[in-house]
Amino acid sequence: MATLTLTSVKKQFAATQVLHGIDLDVADGEMIVVVGASGCGKSTLLRIVAGLETATSGTVRIDGRDVTALEPADRDIAMVFQNYALYPHMSVFENMAYGLKIRGMKPAEIRRRVDEAAQMLEIGPLLDRKPRQLSGGQRQRVAMGRAVVREPKLFLFDEPLSNLDAKLRVQMRAEIRRLQKRLGVTSLFVTHDQVEAMTLGDRLVVMHQGRAAQVASPMEVWGRPADTYVASFIGSPAMNFLAATLEPGGGAAALKAGLTIGFPDGPRAGAAGMPLTLGIRPEHIQLGEGGLDLAVDLVEPLGSETVIHGTINGGEALTVRLPIPAHGIGAVLPVILPWDAFHVFDGSSGRRLEP
Amino acid sequence: MSATMDLEADRLARATLRRNARNRWVAYISLSLGVLIFAFPIWITVVGSTHDVSTIGRGDVPLWFGGEAVANYVSAWLTGGEATRTTRSVPAWVMLWNSLNMAVLIAVGKIAISLLSAYAVVFFSFPGRMVAFWLIFITLMLPVEVRIIPTFEVMVNLGLINTMTGLVVPLIASATATLLFRQFFLTIPDEYVEAAKIDGAGPLRFFKDVVLPLSITNIAALFVILFIYGWNQYLWPLLIVTDRDLETVVVGMTKMIGNGDAQNEWNIIMATAVLAMLPPVAVVVFMQRWFVKGLTETEK
Amino acid sequence: MRKKVIFKGTLLPWLLLLPQLLITGVFFFWPAGQAIYGSFLREDAFGLSREFVGLENFSDILADPTYLAAGWNTVVFSSAVAFSALGIALFLAVQADKAIRGTNFFKTMLIWPYAVAPAIAAVLWLFMFHPQIGLFGRMINGMGILWDYKLNGGQAMTLVVVAAAWKQVSYNFIFFMAGLQSIPRAVLEAAAIDGARPMRRFWTIIFPLLAPTSFFLLVVNIVYAFFDTFGTIHALTGGGPGQATTTLIYKVYVDGVQNLNFGSSAAQSVILMAIVILLTAVQFRFIERKVHY
Repeated sequence: MATLTLTSVKKQFAATQVLHGIDLDVADGEMIVVVGASGCGKSTLLRIVAGLETATSGTVRIDGRDVTALEPADRDIAMVFQNYALYPHMSVFENMAYGLKIRGMKPAEIRRRVDEAAQMLEIGPLLDRKPRQLSGGQRQRVAMGRAVVREPKLFLFDEPLSNLDAKLRVQMRAEIRRLQKRLGVTSLFVTHDQVEAMTLGDRLVVMHQGRAAQVASPMEVWGRPADTYVASFIGSPAMNFLAATLEPGGGAAALKAGLTIGFPDGPRAGAAGMPLTLGIRPEHIQLGEGGLDLAVDLVEPLGSETVIHGTINGGEALTVRLPIPAHGIGAVLPVILPWDAFHVFDGSSGRRLEP
Repeated sequence: MSATMDLEADRLARATLRRNARNRWVAYISLSLGVLIFAFPIWITVVGSTHDVSTIGRGDVPLWFGGEAVANYVSAWLTGGEATRTTRSVPAWVMLWNSLNMAVLIAVGKIAISLLSAYAVVFFSFPGRMVAFWLIFITLMLPVEVRIIPTFEVMVNLGLINTMTGLVVPLIASATATLLFRQFFLTIPDEYVEAAKIDGAGPLRFFKDVVLPLSITNIAALFVILFIYGWNQYLWPLLIVTDRDLETVVVGMTKMIGNGDAQNEWNIIMATAVLAMLPPVAVVVFMQRWFVKGLTETEK
Repeated sequence: MRKKVIFKGTLLPWLLLLPQLLITGVFFFWPAGQAIYGSFLREDAFGLSREFVGLENFSDILADPTYLAAGWNTVVFSSAVAFSALGIALFLAVQADKAIRGTNFFKTMLIWPYAVAPAIAAVLWLFMFHPQIGLFGRMINGMGILWDYKLNGGQAMTLVVVAAAWKQVSYNFIFFMAGLQSIPRAVLEAAAIDGARPMRRFWTIIFPLLAPTSFFLLVVNIVYAFFDTFGTIHALTGGGPGQATTTLIYKVYVDGVQNLNFGSSAAQSVILMAIVILLTAVQFRFIERKVHY
């Protein structure tokens, strides 16, 4: 159990800058989820922490110790890989015992630890099997077990759930979270799946083009996204963005669609006429007269709720998620956009503008 | 506490650096040594082929090029050097031409008949299919070397001694190539056959329009391997060819050595050895990607 | 494994198979049958008549010290060639698999000897170790050690082994490279995280995972040493001095082609066929087992 501190970690592959200086402080026992689209540098970051890649500059400290130049072997970490990376020629027991054996642990102690972990993960009866005789879910558990027996300072997870089918994924997700809480091991979990990120992390690191766009708790990321990228990446269906300009005084915005929106939480700084992007989540839009007319072009029924895609005056697309069944939705839908549901972003930089 | 920890980390980091450096050095030194061991015999031969006969015959093994390259290669190419007591000399160009013919014909022949038989075995259901497959498969266990004498007798009976046909035809049956194509054909999705049937294409048309184009990379890879196989044949031409006009270069050049007397025309022999190596080596170097693919896939 | 959708017809597939089966029949099965048949016959000294002698040819061969010597030579030669060619190739492949600059150059330079004919490989080594004109041959003699592979059987054997193994390293290298590349990176990374240093990773992960490749190559190398090295021996030593480098395959050639000993040569062919069948069976049994993890 330990803390993890990254200080301006950069990575360059030939001419491409993959990481532009990542800073991160992970508290003891915390579960951090690094989330982002493919190619955002999240896996590289994890591999730098693991020691499988070396950072071009910056430092990695585990429990206060500078491990930047150390090999994985000297870092006291464990990792669960995307394809599990079980040793194909070893039995489940040998897979789990390998790391302990290398550390020169006594056979009796190895036996005890492996049995304990196997019991916790319910893979006791599989200890004599080879990895090829296991199902995907079982392999996943063995990979977890291999990490658990080591009792490392740090758990690293590299998209460990992406090879499982949807149902198993949900189940394993909950199990990983329970296990991590129970063992209290500081963890770094990399995924591209926003649901996984939201449900697993104490805090999220949303990565975008080699930068940490936002580091915050899941609800904070959802409720106060730092920029339009984070806003669109977290939440499903994605947040709507509407072009607008700042009104004189900064207390309201004029939508391109012809509506004026007041800022209930206070005025934004900026010159009158400054371009803005206003974001509103589909689930925050309500049905009712006196707002905008939505020309419906697609209705997606989800059972108890309905997702409606359409365009508003001025041609901008708008997605609405309503807690009503799909039938009886006409070609034109009057919708209300509540003022307090809006997120205000700078129109050119995309950064969030606070009052 | 933190100071001692950092000291310890520093020590480990240095150990890592040292280990990595050592690892790299081991790799470079051993690979260079390997390259040297592989290249040195060739170097000696190429250098030797540029000196006059007496330099080599005296035993002054040269390590750098001499001035006789043109003379030696012209002589090897046009006359094949002086005749020895037992054999008359054959110009290298004749032997190279024979080798080229044999290698290309064997490669093309093997590919052609293997494609056809693999197609029949994979895409048709007919009585005797498994028998045919096993008949081809068993030939894996009958290399020329183990049936030299009786095969030679067959060749004599058929009047194929000292003919290019005799050199080529018996070698073009190929279980390995058939197995490779069979393996590949089995990966062609069934939907293709279904689609072809719906489009009204018959088996021959399907072969020409779908199977053949899909097999191009396999054919190319196999050609490289088989060309080398054909070029490097030794025992078979040694048996079948006594007429020196049909001599292949690999056999022909070893005949030039005879008993290995120091009085041989070593410079001409070395020039011929270089000429004999050049085509297959060039094929491997320039078609390395095909070659590696062909090799690792045929042998699976 | 067979296609679900198949064309019908009987004549066409047999026509497609005809060229292959014809050549196979005439040049493979007929001679092989002749060899088996001939192994039970003996020809008189003038080659005029043949009589049935049962298993006498076989018992004669197996009682013939020169044949047994050739068998022993084959064992020594094959194992020396196979083990040195495999060991060196594995070592080089592991080095070339490291993340260092210039690996492509090294790979090309180590692969090309595959293209050199066994007979030519022999000639290249002859140029170097010829006692009068060879660089190393003269060097060894200069050091006071009497070197002449045409007179000393041990030296002759060493030289054919070296020439034969030299050429085979490339082949093994290519397969070991492919084998190394097929080991998932993540498995090696997992081992690194588990604390295994490079040496340990090699012996506990890489080497066991290469076992199928190594075993396959072992069989291929033995087959190579048995059959494909005829050219090496023929060009370098001609089976001599005495019989020092006469292997089984070389003896078939000498007895059949030079000594025209029909029955004995046929029986030797049959024995060799049995050996090939055995090796092929071993190889295929193993390929079936290959999905061993």
